[in-house]
Amino acid sequence: MNPKNIFNNSGPLLRWGLQKAWAIWFLLAIHAVVMLAGFIAPYSFETQEREHPYAPPTRLHFVDCSGKFHFRPFVYVTKAAENAPDEYRQDCSQPARIEFFPQGDGYTILRMFSSTRHLFGVQSPASLFLMGTDGFGRDQFSRLLYGGQVSLFAGFVAAAFSAITGLLLGGIAGMYGGRVDDAAMRFAEVFITIPWFYLLIAVRAFLPLQISPVTAFLLVVSVIGIVGWSRPARLVRGVILSARERNFVLAARGFGASNAYLLRRHLMPLTFRVLLTQMAVLIPQFILAEVILSFLGLGIGEPFPSWGNMLAQAQQYHVLVSYWWMLLPGLAPVPVFLAYHSLAETLQERIKSNI
Amino acid sequence: MRFRRSLFWCAAALLPLLACTQAIAQEDLLHTTSEPGIRGGKLVIAQRSEPRTFNPVVAVDQNSYGVNARLQADLIHINRATQKTEPALAKSWTVSKDGTQFTLKLRHGLRFSDGQPFDADDVLFSFKVYLDEQVHSSQRDLLIISGKPFKVEKLDAYTVRFTFPLPYAPAERVFDGLAILPRHLLEKDYQEGKIGQDWTLNTPPAQIAGLGAFRLKQVIPGDRIVLERNPYYWKIDGKGQRLPYLDELTFIAVPTQDAQVIRFQAGDSQIISGLSADNYATLETEQKARHFKLYDAGPGLEYNFLMFNLNSDTEGRLPEVARKQKWFRDVRFRQAVSAAIDRASIVRLVYRNRAAALATHVSPGNKAWFNSSIPVPVRSVSHARELLKAAGFSWRSDNTLVDSTGQPVEFTILVSSSNAQRGQMATLIQDDLKAIGMAAHVVPLEVRSANDRVLNSHDYDAIVMGLVSGDADPTPDMNILISNGQTHLWHMGEKTPATPWEAELDQLMQKQLVTLNYQQRKKIYDRVQEILAQELPMVYLASPNILVGANENLGNFHPAIIEQYTFWNADELFWHTPTGKQ
Repeated sequence: MNPKNIFNNSGPLLRWGLQKAWAIWFLLAIHAVVMLAGFIAPYSFETQEREHPYAPPTRLHFVDCSGKFHFRPFVYVTKAAENAPDEYRQDCSQPARIEFFPQGDGYTILRMFSSTRHLFGVQSPASLFLMGTDGFGRDQFSRLLYGGQVSLFAGFVAAAFSAITGLLLGGIAGMYGGRVDDAAMRFAEVFITIPWFYLLIAVRAFLPLQISPVTAFLLVVSVIGIVGWSRPARLVRGVILSARERNFVLAARGFGASNAYLLRRHLMPLTFRVLLTQMAVLIPQFILAEVILSFLGLGIGEPFPSWGNMLAQAQQYHVLVSYWWMLLPGLAPVPVFLAYHSLAETLQERIKSNI
Repeated sequence: MRFRRSLFWCAAALLPLLACTQAIAQEDLLHTTSEPGIRGGKLVIAQRSEPRTFNPVVAVDQNSYGVNARLQADLIHINRATQKTEPALAKSWTVSKDGTQFTLKLRHGLRFSDGQPFDADDVLFSFKVYLDEQVHSSQRDLLIISGKPFKVEKLDAYTVRFTFPLPYAPAERVFDGLAILPRHLLEKDYQEGKIGQDWTLNTPPAQIAGLGAFRLKQVIPGDRIVLERNPYYWKIDGKGQRLPYLDELTFIAVPTQDAQVIRFQAGDSQIISGLSADNYATLETEQKARHFKLYDAGPGLEYNFLMFNLNSDTEGRLPEVARKQKWFRDVRFRQAVSAAIDRASIVRLVYRNRAAALATHVSPGNKAWFNSSIPVPVRSVSHARELLKAAGFSWRSDNTLVDSTGQPVEFTILVSSSNAQRGQMATLIQDDLKAIGMAAHVVPLEVRSANDRVLNSHDYDAIVMGLVSGDADPTPDMNILISNGQTHLWHMGEKTPATPWEAELDQLMQKQLVTLNYQQRKKIYDRVQEILAQELPMVYLASPNILVGANENLGNFHPAIIEQYTFWNADELFWHTPTGKQ
C-alpha cells in the first residue's frame, strides 16, 4: 500500500461522513483565520487604547436609543465614568456604523502582503472591542487571533520536529536492529524520563536576553519538539521491524536494493499513517505546553500575545473576579483540542480498518 | 476609742491600695494621647510568611521585624503617623552643643515581660551585642558612622550617654527599631558566642521576654504565631488603663496578596496592608456588606524607576552591553526617554490613580523632605525627539531611531516576573518608546535572577525596579546615592565618582549627614533632588499610595506610610463594640 494515497485508498473525505470530517474543515478554517489575523482583526495586537482599560465587550446594536431599527449593525461611542474607571457608558448621541474594509493599523500577512485595510471596524472615536480589552486597552479579540498564530504554530512546529526526528531515529533503529536498535531505544528512553517542564525552565533561563522574544520562543518550541521525539520513534521502529520481513521488502532486497533505498522507497512510507496519528495527538499536547509556558511567564514576551500569556492576566485575583472576558483566551484551545483529538481518532480508525 | 479603732481598720484597708498606687507612681509610665479604648478581644493579621526568628539581633526580614517590634521596645521611637521621633524607653534626652553626645534618661521601674526589672545595664548589654562584629547583627551598620562605632556609657542606673564620632543629623532616628534586650536571659549565651542561635521559632515562649506590648504565647510552625498582652507594658491611656487593649494578637502566614485578600474578605484576618490598587477596587464595593473599611494613606516611600546600566566593567566582558552604554551614558538620551514616558498613564492604568507621578526618588508622601519645586515631567514626544537629535541620533523612514553610526536603538528592559505592576509599567514604557523609534524588549525574569544581573554580573541594558525607603529621613538613601555606596545601583563598585554630578552628590549627602539644622539640611537635600531630576541616573516613574483595610470596629486604626503600615500602634488598637471583639 502506498501511503501517499492514504486518502485515496480510503475514499474521499466526505465518505468518512460529515461527523468525522468536521474536524479537518474546522482546523483548516481556524488556521486560515489566525493566519489572516491582521486582516480579520480590527486592531493591531499592540495598539493601546489607554482611555479604555478593562472595557467590556462592545455591544452591537440594531435598534438605536430612540427605538429605530437599522439593518446595518452599529455601536455607540463609550467613555469611562469619571469616578469609576471600570464603568463605561454609551453615548447615544454618537453612533458609529460597522464598516467593512476600513483603513486601520498596518499589518503583514506571512511576511509577504502588507496592508492597512481590515475586514471590519468602526471609525474613531468609536471603538469595536468584540471581546473587551485588557488593562492597557488592547483589543482582546484582535490579540486572540494574533495569539492563535503563536499557539497553533508552536504546536505544529514542535510536533513536526518530533515526527521528523522520530521518523529518522526510529527508522534507522528498526531497519538495522541489533546494537544500533539498542542504542537508539535506550537513548529514546533517556528522553522519555527527562522532566521536560523543568528542562524548559532551565533552557529559558539560560537564553541570552538580547535575542528577540520570537526567537526565544522558537527555541523553546524546538526544545519541546526535540524532547517529544521518543514516542514517535518507538512507534516507527515497531512498524519498520514488522514491515522489513514482509514479502515485497524481501523481494526488493533480493533484487539488490540497499538499506537506504528500502527505507526510503518501501518502509518509511508505511509509517506515515502512524506518524499522522501521532501528529494529531502531539499537536494539541504541544499547544498546551506553549499555553502553560506562556501562562507561567516563560513563553513569548510582551507585547506579543499568545493564548497562554493572555490567560496569565487572569492569575490576578481582581481580574478573575471582575472581568469575565479576560478568561475567554482559556476557552480558545478547547475546540482546537477537540478537533485534533477527533482527527486522531478518525485516523486511528482508518488504520485499524486497513489492518 | 471606737473612732481610733475605725481609723485603724480604715488605714489597714487602704494600705494595699496605697502600696499599689505607690508602685504605679514608681513606674515611669508613658501616657498616650490616643483615644482610650476597651480592653479585650483578639486581632488576626496576615503576613506573607512566618517570621524566621524572634531574635531581633539577627532578624533581617520584614515578617520578623513585624512580630519582633510587638515583643520588644526601643529607646526612642519614630511615630509612624507624624514621622517624628518620640520618647519610648527613654523618657527624655539632651544633646550636647556640638551634636555628638546624647544623654538619655531611662524610665524607672519598668519590667520585662517575664517580670524582671529593666535598667541601664540592659541598654549597655544590647548595644554591646549590636556593635560586636562576631554577632553579625544587621543593625551594626547603623551604629557605625564614618567607619567609627559610637560609644555607650552608663552614667547611673537610669542614665546612659551615647557619643558619636562626629555630629550626626539623624541620630535620634537611629534608635528606632533597636530592641533593648533582656541581659538576664541572653548574657550567658552572648559570652559563649551563641546569641545568634537564640530565640528561634522552636524556643519555648517562656524563655523569650521583651519590653514590647505583647509577649509570645504560642507558635504553630507554618500556620500562626500567637502573642498575648504583656501585663508589665509601660504605657497607660488617658483613663489610666494599662495598654495594650487586645488580649491576643495573632500573625498568620498567607503567602500571596490575592490569598490575603480572600482571607480578609472571609473575616479570617481583620487587617490587610500593601493592597494593590486593583485589589483595593475589588474590595471597595464590599466595604459595607462585609463590615470593613479601606484607607488610602496617600503616596508611600516606595519609588519605581527605569534604570539604565551605567556600570564601567562591561567593556570587553559584555561587548553588546558596552556598545549600548554609549547611548545610556549620554544624559540627553536619558532625558529623552524620560520625556517620552507617559507617567500619567502609569498612574491611571497601573495604579488606578492611587499613586503619584515622580520627578525624583522622594515621593510627595515624604512631606519633610519632598522638593515640590521640581516639576514632574509631562510626556512630550517632540521634546524627546529634539533631545535625541541634539545627541546625534536620527530616524529612518520607518521611524526606527538610529545612532550616529547607523545602528538601530534597541535594548531590553528587565522586570521582575513576580511583580505585576512593574510588568505593566514596562509594557507601557515599551509602547511609549516606540513613538520615538526605540525598540525596547520587555524581559520578565525571576526576581533573584534580575537582582543578580543588577548587583553582580551587570549583564543587562535597563531594568524597571522599585525601592522602598525604610525611613522618611534622607540617610537610608546614602547607600544608593553616594558613588561608593553598597547599593549604588546604576554604577556598582564605583571607587571614585565617575561624573562631576556624582561627585557633587557625594559631597552633598555627606554634608547633610552632619548638618544638624533642619532648614539647612533640607536645602542640601533639595539640591540632591535637583541633580537627580536633571541627570536621571534613574528615570523616576511613580510612587504608589499605601492602601490598607481594617475591620470597621477596630479603634485607633491610623495607617501610616512607613512600615508597618497598619499595626505600628498595635498597643493602642482596640475593638469598639463587644460584638467587634474577635
